[in-house]
Amino acid sequence: MSTASPPADPPPAAPLARKTVRRVGDRIFSGAAVGAGALILAVLAGVAIFLAIKAWPAFTASADEIPGDGGIVSYIAPLAFGTVLGSVIAIVIAVPLAVAVALYVTMFAPRKIANSISYLVDLLAAVPSVVYGLWGIAVLGPAAVGLHKWLAEYLGFIPLFEGPASVTGRTMLVVGVVLAVMILPIISAVAREVFSQTPRQQREAALALGATRWEMIRMTVLPFGKSAVIGGSMLGLGRALGETLAVSIILSASGIVTLNLISSGNPSTIAANIALQFPESSGLKINVLIASGLALFAITLVVNMAARAVISRSSRSSA
Amino acid sequence: MSSRPATAGPSPDVMGRPSVVRGTLPRRGPLAVYGIAAAIVVALGLATDVNLALLALAGAAVAGAVVYTWSRRVEGRRRAFDRLMTLGVTSAFLLAVTPLVSLVHTVVARGGARFDLEFFTDDARNVVGAGGGAMHAIIGTLVITGVATLFSVPIGVMAAVYMVEYGHGRLKKLLTFFVDVMTGIPSIVAGLFAYALFVIFFGPSVRLGVMGAVALSVLMIPIVVRSTEEVLKIVPNSLREASYALGVSKWRTIVKVVLPTALAGIVTGSMIAVSRIIGETAPLLITTGVFSSVNGNPFEGRMANLPVYIFNQYKYPGTPPDPYLDRAWAAALTLIVIVMVLFLAARLVYRRFGTEVR
Repeated sequence: MSTASPPADPPPAAPLARKTVRRVGDRIFSGAAVGAGALILAVLAGVAIFLAIKAWPAFTASADEIPGDGGIVSYIAPLAFGTVLGSVIAIVIAVPLAVAVALYVTMFAPRKIANSISYLVDLLAAVPSVVYGLWGIAVLGPAAVGLHKWLAEYLGFIPLFEGPASVTGRTMLVVGVVLAVMILPIISAVAREVFSQTPRQQREAALALGATRWEMIRMTVLPFGKSAVIGGSMLGLGRALGETLAVSIILSASGIVTLNLISSGNPSTIAANIALQFPESSGLKINVLIASGLALFAITLVVNMAARAVISRSSRSSA
Repeated sequence: MSSRPATAGPSPDVMGRPSVVRGTLPRRGPLAVYGIAAAIVVALGLATDVNLALLALAGAAVAGAVVYTWSRRVEGRRRAFDRLMTLGVTSAFLLAVTPLVSLVHTVVARGGARFDLEFFTDDARNVVGAGGGAMHAIIGTLVITGVATLFSVPIGVMAAVYMVEYGHGRLKKLLTFFVDVMTGIPSIVAGLFAYALFVIFFGPSVRLGVMGAVALSVLMIPIVVRSTEEVLKIVPNSLREASYALGVSKWRTIVKVVLPTALAGIVTGSMIAVSRIIGETAPLLITTGVFSSVNGNPFEGRMANLPVYIFNQYKYPGTPPDPYLDRAWAAALTLIVIVMVLFLAARLVYRRFGTEVR
């Protein structure tokens, strides 16, 4: 690097003319920076390209060569259904809780402990998903069996809880709850960030006009943070869609398409299916799995891009 | 609030206070109600075998109803609703933290059984049933994560330098957007990418530690970029200007002034990024294969690692399954300890060395 540094003294005759001369070190360094940025874009493009290359044989193969004998689309469709179903349950559970956590940390908790609380919630995000899987199957599943029976008995008329109730708790409902626990910190981190940026004047004005704390939150904090919460929820959705290990450990999947959340026969998800099938696959089956991975990539890409667009629009309008 | 004529006019009372000021509950009143409810729930939980979750739910509902009615009579509807929402938000928060507590408790309780010396000094070669350890997996995890860090940190930091110091116009916007999008790549897709990439060059049965590292880098780079970008942004511009004023070139300013100022933040961000990816299982499941002996060379042969070890011990136990499950939990405990130590150390680094950035 030292050879790249220029002589420190320019000829005194033309000090102004040297302004535009770029030094060698500058060129190398900025080149490296640009290169790193370009590499990231290349990797992202590479993910799409390499997956597409390896998935191509699955798309061109005849229908009866694909597992299930129905062609690639009817192979992926039930998996995509399971993926979306589990993620929707997770979102329905996680969003209200995450908003509550963010509100608690920013508005309710004593200032002193608010920091350690948000640290605790961040820790939730750092727990590896395989450990969540173990926890789900060893603790939450068995604990939820009673709830499953109750749902089947009293709410069985709703298709979601048709039953018969699983006796192991390895159901879509438990998967949804575990996914909710996993994405909660993501959503609440985004919400927390925005809630704490609510203009102080607005909050104090509301309080000064005699609003209670909840009225202040409803009138200033929630409208201010609404689109960020939507964006954060979509980020969480993206994470839930791609979650692999927790699902593949917990779910007892039979590959059927059903809305029934509490029975022992469940649709699998794209990611879990890949994780379970991949180590024992070869040849065209691998291409099929990669094709399903490409579908997952496309779904999450759309969800994430939409989420980022919503978040950046909300932060721009608030700035 | 029309039902309360007392609020209509500000006629002063004997003490000279305007009577719009309603009565309020005693300062610790609601807290006392909740405390009593919690005590009753715990007592009932110990005395009977009714589900504790059910009891807690009932307790919260009853206590909430009591406080609401009380507050409504003394303070009016709006204050009562405020108290109800306070309770709602607080209990939602407690509900959200419960899984973490339960998880840590379970992992410590069940992982303790095999958290012994043999676990850390032995591998799984020829182990059937009890005994054996996870040294091979621990070494594998450290090597794979280390290589992934070597890939990710330089690329991530340089990309962040570009975005903060050089970037302008469309490329910068594009990069910001796609780094954000990249954070959302499902980990299994990153694994498939690494597989597809290496298979093209090495044939379909290739399984290498470095493949896992490449997959993990795809997940790690965006985290490093984002955190580095944040700290570079808060390096005061006056420092850069002072350096330029002394005639220092731009790249030397960045290397000698900007990066050292932001160093603590960059280290913290990188450590947090490592803690995020060290437990990733899905990409390693399809790139590193399964191996039961120590292999410290990421460029040759299959490589064990902790997450996959946990998964395989739990998913495909032998008979009797208990020794396998115990090993899975012990490995989970090891992994969580590593993650938490990294997390805490990252905070410590920032607190110890990061003050100058502010």
